[in-house]
Amino acid sequence: MTEFWYLTSVIAVLAGATFATRALPFLLLSRVADHPLLEHLGRFLPPIVMVLLVVYSFKNDAALSIDFVPELGCLALVAALHLLFRQALLSIIAGTGTYMVLVQMQMQMQMQMGLG
Amino acid sequence: MNLSPLNAAVLRSSLPVLFGYLPLGAAFGVLFSDLGYHWLYATAMGLFIYAGAGQFLAVGLLANQAGLMEMAIATLLINSRHVFYGLSLMSRMHNRGWRKWYQIFGLTDETYSLITSTPIPAGIDPGPFHLRITAINQAYWLLGCTSGAWLGSQLEFSTDGIAFVLPALFMVLTIEQYKHLRDIRPFIAALVIGIGTLALISREHMLLIAILLSLSVLMMQYAARHHSGIQAGGAGHD
Repeated sequence: MTEFWYLTSVIAVLAGATFATRALPFLLLSRVADHPLLEHLGRFLPPIVMVLLVVYSFKNDAALSIDFVPELGCLALVAALHLLFRQALLSIIAGTGTYMVLVQMQMQMQMQMGLG
Repeated sequence: MNLSPLNAAVLRSSLPVLFGYLPLGAAFGVLFSDLGYHWLYATAMGLFIYAGAGQFLAVGLLANQAGLMEMAIATLLINSRHVFYGLSLMSRMHNRGWRKWYQIFGLTDETYSLITSTPIPAGIDPGPFHLRITAINQAYWLLGCTSGAWLGSQLEFSTDGIAFVLPALFMVLTIEQYKHLRDIRPFIAALVIGIGTLALISREHMLLIAILLSLSVLMMQYAARHHSGIQAGGAGHD
């Protein structure tokens, strides 16, 4: 029973802390939601965050290493497909499929060369 | 199967998140099951906390028997970027009452990205569209967390590389943002700030630091424009 109360209180605290970060602006700023500064941020922050989320996915690759190549190449493939056909699912599935094949081939090669 | 246009649009736009959240949630579930707790607690975490990085952090904190205060502070820090997501959504929140608060509760990276980047299909109300995107994304996440914790380490991961689906989704949404905005400057600025932060400042905290830097640039730009606007007698913006 103590385990139940321990985990319940942990989940309650983490849920509260997570919700707090998401709700804070709505709780504090709802009266000024149409302020031009918030409209300015609403217009330009989403594209910036999107680019940052793409860049963030490289955080585990060592700088200027071979790790970059498959990821960068497949992201370029996703971008090219999406600019050409603008079919989100097609771009994502083709890019991810190619990436999975490349990464798994790379691992097999490393195993054969005795590096893995 | 007879899907309403609304549900069909929700399903189509959220499908990449399914392929991202299933393996990611399952990875969390497998880690969680190593702690030796009942798998239902993993489901409860996906239901009540609903945060990717936050839940992975929670496994580490639980394993180290961290105190509740320490857990609360660590979670606040790791999720603090979400403050800025909310900040940029305020001028385009289409829901009211419990729907609005559920949408705020479910504001993960992926849901925020879909909501801000997917054009609303013709003839569909943005309110229910955004609400259902939020709910179906959480359903995918719950499915991942639960199956991972339930199957535990029996699960064999022969799906190496599938996590690439999320960067691929963000790439597609970046292009959608560009088609909508038609202004290359924020994209270049974000690229410079993002790579600069990653290379020179911090890997682990890159996202938060880069968002803060971008936010200060946006604020300065707004202030400068506002200032010049006043000097020119309110006219001549941009």
